This record gives sequence, C-alpha cells and structure tokens, in this order.
Amino acid sequence: MTTLDVLAARLRAELGADRIVNDRQQLRTYECDGLAHYKVIPGLVVLPRDAGECARTVRACVEAGVPFVARGSGTGLSGGALPHAEGVLIVTSKMRAIVEVAPDDERAVVEPGVINLHVTKAAGPHGYYYAPDPSSQQICSIGGNVAENSGGAHCLKYGFTTNHVTGAQVVTPDGELIELGGRAPDTPGYDLLGAFVGSEGTLGIATRVTVRLTRLPESVRTLLAAFPSTDQAGAATSAIIAAGVVPAAVEMMDALAIEAAEAAVACGYPGGAGAVLIVELDGPAAEVDAQFDQVTALCKASGAFELRIAADPAERALFWKGRKSAFAAVGRISPDYIVQDGVIPRTALPEVLHRIGEVSRAHGVRVANVFHAGDGNLHPLVLFDDAVPGEADRAEEVSGAIIDLCIEYGGSITGEHGVGMDKAKYMPRMFTDDDLETMHLLRCAFDPAGLANPGKIFPTPRLCGEVPRRHRAGEATPAELF
Amino acid sequence: MALWSDATDADTVAGVPARFVAAPASTEEAAAVLHEAARDDLAVVVRGGGTKLDWGMPPRRLDLIVDTRRLTGVVEHAAGDLIVVLRAGTPLDGLDLAGQQLALDSPVPGATVGGAVATATSGPRRQLYGTARDLLIGMTVVRPDGRVAHAGGKVVKNVAGYDLGKLLTGSYGTLGLITECAFRLHPRPEVSALVLRTAPAAEIGALLAAVRAEQVVPSAVEIDAPAAGPVTLAVLVEGTTAGVRERAARLEKVLGGQATDEFPSWWGRYPWDQAGMKLTVPLSHVPDLLDAGVAVRGSAGTGVLYADVPVGSAPTVVERLRATAVRVGGHAVVLTAPQPVRELVDMWGPVAGLALMRRVKDRFDPGHRFAPGRFVGGI
Repeated sequence: MTTLDVLAARLRAELGADRIVNDRQQLRTYECDGLAHYKVIPGLVVLPRDAGECARTVRACVEAGVPFVARGSGTGLSGGALPHAEGVLIVTSKMRAIVEVAPDDERAVVEPGVINLHVTKAAGPHGYYYAPDPSSQQICSIGGNVAENSGGAHCLKYGFTTNHVTGAQVVTPDGELIELGGRAPDTPGYDLLGAFVGSEGTLGIATRVTVRLTRLPESVRTLLAAFPSTDQAGAATSAIIAAGVVPAAVEMMDALAIEAAEAAVACGYPGGAGAVLIVELDGPAAEVDAQFDQVTALCKASGAFELRIAADPAERALFWKGRKSAFAAVGRISPDYIVQDGVIPRTALPEVLHRIGEVSRAHGVRVANVFHAGDGNLHPLVLFDDAVPGEADRAEEVSGAIIDLCIEYGGSITGEHGVGMDKAKYMPRMFTDDDLETMHLLRCAFDPAGLANPGKIFPTPRLCGEVPRRHRAGEATPAELF
Repeated sequence: MALWSDATDADTVAGVPARFVAAPASTEEAAAVLHEAARDDLAVVVRGGGTKLDWGMPPRRLDLIVDTRRLTGVVEHAAGDLIVVLRAGTPLDGLDLAGQQLALDSPVPGATVGGAVATATSGPRRQLYGTARDLLIGMTVVRPDGRVAHAGGKVVKNVAGYDLGKLLTGSYGTLGLITECAFRLHPRPEVSALVLRTAPAAEIGALLAAVRAEQVVPSAVEIDAPAAGPVTLAVLVEGTTAGVRERAARLEKVLGGQATDEFPSWWGRYPWDQAGMKLTVPLSHVPDLLDAGVAVRGSAGTGVLYADVPVGSAPTVVERLRATAVRVGGHAVVLTAPQPVRELVDMWGPVAGLALMRRVKDRFDPGHRFAPGRFVGGI
C-alpha cells in the first residue's frame, strides 16, 4: 500500500467513506481550477463537513508527510487550487452554512464554502451587503476569496477581501484550529489575519470567516460612456479622479472586448466605440447627484460621443452584463485565450495600452482589453488558436510581455487573481531575493514542513531550517507567562 | 564613520536607558546600522516622534535606539494615482499633499508615520477610511539581521506575495525597522460638518443604531463619556457642499442635535493623563462600556474606545473593563500606565494565537533583540 492508500483508509475510517473521493474518474473532475491549462489529478480528495473534520484531515496529512491543497469553488485564475499528484485536495464545498448574520454588529459569520453572492443575499433584508464582488461572485466561495484576497469591480472605493474580513477560524498547517481576529476590531498581537488573507492556501485553511457587512448605499447611479479611443476613455478616468471623485467603479473595455461581449450577450453598447467606460457612483443621494453631473461633464469634455445613464436597476444590470461576461465572451471570437491580470499606476494607462498594442502587432496576436480603469488593474485577454502550431507559444510570449510592462511601469504582476502556480516564475522580477526570503520567514513560522499548497507563490522550493533559539536570563518562557 | 553615538540621559525607553543612539538618513544607512547591531548582539528599540515610548512593557534589555528623525520626507507623491511614499520618520501632522490626504488620524501630536504604523494607532475617521493596515499599500523594512525587504508596492491593487505590511503594522518594532511606507490617498473633501448630541448613557445605544440606519455614510461616529454624567455623540460627514448640507440635516433630525463645523476639544484625543486602555467590542456592545464609572472616548461607530484608568484603582478598573470586553468577544489592552501600575496589571490581556506569534517572532528575530519584551506575551 502507498502512503496515500494508508491515508485514505485512515480518513475513511475517521470521517466516513462519503467524505473521501479516490475513484480515478471522479478525481479527474478536480484536476484543475479556473486556469484550465494546468492539470494535475489529485492523489485523494476529501470533502470535510466541518472545521473539525478539516483539522483531522490536515493532521492526518501532517502525520503522513503528505502535502495538501485547499479548494473552494475552483474558480481561481492562477492555479492556486491546482492539486498535488501525491497530495490531498481538501474541498470546502460541503461547508456552506451561513452561521450568523448580525446586522447590529455589521458582521456575518460564514463557512468557507459559502458563495460570495449568498452573503449579500442573506444580508440584504437587513439593509446590508458584502462589498467585495469578484466577477465570479455567483459561484466563487468566501474561503477562496480569503485565500486569494479577491477584489472586484467595486474595490476601487471599498477595498478588497482583506479590508472586509475581521476574523477567521483557521486550520494551521500543523492541523491545529486557531482563531485569528474576530468580531471586534483590532485584536492584540501580530495581525496574523492580515498576513493570512491572500496567502493562497500556503498558511492554512479558513474554516469559518467573519466578514464585515456594509450598509447598502442610498443611491446608485451608473453611466455608460462611449469614446472613439481608449486614450480618451483613459483621459476621462484621469479627469474624474483628478476632480476628487471616488467612484464605486470605473471599468473600461476596448473595441475587441466590446465586439466579443456583443457576440456573447448582446449587451447593446453604442456602435463604433473604440472604448466604453462604465462609471458607477454610490452613496447618499445628494452626494451622488452632485458628483454624477460632474462625471458626465468630464466624460463629454474628454470626447465621449454617447452617454447612457441607467434608468433603473435592470438597465444598470445590462451595462454590467457586457463587462462581467467579458472573459467568457472572448470565446465567441477566439477558440482559445489567456486571461492576464496585471496592475499599472492608473496614470500610465494610455501609454501602456499603446505598448500592449505594439506587442500585439509585433507578435501577430490579438489582445482584447478589459480592465478596472479606476485602479489600473488590467485584464488583457490574449487570443489564440491552439490548433495552429506555434500560436499558443506566441500568446504566452505576449502575455509575459504584458507582465513585464506592468513591472516596468512600477505596477504588480497580479491585482486580484493571485500568484498561484501561474505566476510564481514572475515573482523574482518584482521582488528581490531578500524580499522573497523574508516572505518565506512567515511561511516557515506557519508551515515549517512545507505541506500547505507547496509549489505556489514561491518560484523555487525553499527549506525552512531550525530556528536558532537563544534564551536569555530573565526571558520568561511561555509557561511562566500563561 | 561611526554608525552610532553614545546615548544621553534623555535616551530611555519606558525608563530603560540606552547605551547608543543611531539616526540613519536612508534605508541603506539603516541597514548598515542594523547589520552592525546584529554582529554586536545589540538590543534595539526604534524611536520615531517618541510619543509612545511609554506604551507596552519596558524593553527587557536595551543597547541601541534607532531614531528615525533623519529618515523623513516624501519619497514620491503621485497625485494622479492617489498614492504617496513616505519615509518612516516623517511627522503625520502637517503633511502637504496638495488637495489630497493620507486619511490616518493621529491621536497624539508629533507622531511619525513609522510610529503610527508600528503601533497601529487610529483616530475618528477610521469609520470611513479604515486604519493604517487598510491604507498601507507597500513597505520597506530593515530586518533585525540588517537585510532590506520590500512588500506590496506602489499600486493600490496588488496581491503579489504575502502582505508583510500588515504583519509589521502594529508589531511594536519587534520584527524590524520600518523605513518607508506607501499609502493610498483620498481626495480632501470640499466641506465637512459635525452633528452633536448630548444624552444620558442609557440612550446612546439607540442613537447609535439610528445613525447606522440612516444611509448618510459618516466619516466618524465618536462618543465622549465622562466618568459620570451625560455622554456626547458626534457624527462627522464629509463631501460636497450640497451633499453635506443634506446629510447633516438628516442627522440633526435623527439625533435631535445640532450641526456645527467646530470640532470639540476632545475630538480625536485620548482621554487619559497617566493610564489608558484601548477597548474593542462588537458594535452592539459599545453601550456596555459606558456605565463603567470611568471616562471613555472613541470611535463608537467601529467599536473602538479608549478609557482613562484612575491610577488609584487601576487593577480593579482594568479587570472590570476587561471582563466586560472579553465577555462579548472584545479586547482590552492597557496602552500605557505608570510603572507601579504596570507591575499590578496584565497590560495585554488574553491573546489568541500567541504560540504562532512567537513562531513568527522567532523567524524574524531569532536573537530576540528587537524591542524585547515590549509586545504581547513578552515577545
């Protein structure tokens, strides 16, 4: 029997046979996450029903020296939940309880498998919502959001997952259940919760999450503005920010992305646009009204040739439909595509878009651009046909060149999709060896054995080594203090 | 050139004298200082404005104070990108960011950027803008071994690598020397207005709920509760002229109070002279802290209050406030107190995850040389 066979038998006995998947055909359904060109069939899949079962699974892995990978809904776009062939994939999809909605505390407590949008639906009747809204919010899980520090269209104003999670119960990589943060703010001690959110499953698995609920805005107004070019749409974005307006969202699509969206969902954007902007303002009605007129004027002044103002939530949803379906929509105009995720300082937008255009032409590879213009988060979609020899490689080159541009302009290799498996190789371009080694100090504190999601984030495997302990006279030991 | 000079009598930390003082003017100089300090096995405490040196426990040992007074200034202010990079010794007050603001209120005059981040202080407007951890987008830190590490970057949206900035925020100088911080900025609002209402403590819970129910998006919801007598509630709204007028009018109605543009003298200041606590509770339990017989003040809208602890009855008061906070899942930390009080009370109270925190400390500072003993659990 292999180590995994022994582990499977143990977990079957401890948790019950229905928690374990080790049939080869069934295992195959977990071979990838949202980044489907990396595939690894997991050694074993475990579906714990609660935190205790999750902790027992991790402990069993630790005792067997077997690596483990956590997976929520599997919508991640950087291969963060890519399984380990000789490891256990711990899937949180059976942990879907909304434990508590506490509007008086502006908090909700949920299990990790709960779908992002379901938190908002549960809070809505109380006048609250959960602010982080990744495009996949109808299917992605809160546990996955915590692992990836997910953003979304509205994080320009409201921040990311890390700004909306106040507590988490976590199974550490040695199988212990601990509480980080909580319902009250500012927990004393190191902000381990802050370090944990966005650690991509390498510091443990969240088994219960306390999130901040945000009061629903009194007013939401949405504008769709069509421009002849991305330059003008970029100028409008800059003008809005310079005017001191902080919109809830500023989203941009270029002509090719619009073409794809029209083909897929018939969103009915203005014809002939080189770029469209969706600008959304929310907040107290009097503030929104005052600033909305300003935003409209700035778009016109920057060259918008058509402005549409959403008359009702249905029309607003239609504006957003084109944007939110954009990734999948490019499937209508290209058999294959790479979704890139990079960040540049927002002011560099027009320049970087020209550079992306140059790279695209030089390689003969089409690039459709969709992005969160307000915060400079680019999502270029690099189009190719895998059936044509060499195209996939050229697309990969273009995708990599775009990341190089982001670094050149002082940005980041990922704004919201995470490093995962996909971008570990780019980390040394953004960080020095000392930077990476310092991050690794944190990893070693949590996971000295390196069993939690190995091979992600860090480009090269590192060993932790023992901590040299030097106790001094007068330095209390933990037992004396507590 | 010598990397440090002899300390003077004024160079103490919570009463513990230092032997040397260094004042590096750049990250590179700081790295050289800390590299030497590591070689000589010196115990190090970082000093910014010196406004919170009496916070936490005194260091178990102290050789070298690293002062950030020469590590000042704006490295970069990219107005169009709404970001700023500041050297750690830069005073928080009086930052000139041309129509923009770093929305981090400092409760103590004279505090530096590095000191505010290292102690995670916050003020009234955390209600809208969050705290240092939320505004920070990048950090440069010199590790105890003298190596320089960066985390985050200069763009607001960035999930590349671990968020070490959050780990360092509020770490009380126990993990390294922060030399530069990058922050996201906010536009300065056109106008602001404050709506005040004074009411008996028993009515405050209902008034807070009424403010929450209005969709006026306050920038701050503060209370000032003296040891006895009525409590003052102050709600701040910021924005456009038309918007603020309308929002303030609604608050006047809901609170039965008066709008003003004059801030009360207590606004954003700690309520203590000698001994003070920070109390955090879930929002619905803020009223629990108002009838404890001590002066309490702070951000009622976020569940973060500060208490003036009478020195004479400190152990009893600390115990009572802590019991109230901890019972509802909150925390109660004694931030500062005269030495005789420190000897009688547990400064930090219960800390969850302490074993893991020790492991983090061991990795970053295996010699336990950085601010030894000042932090939770004797870290």
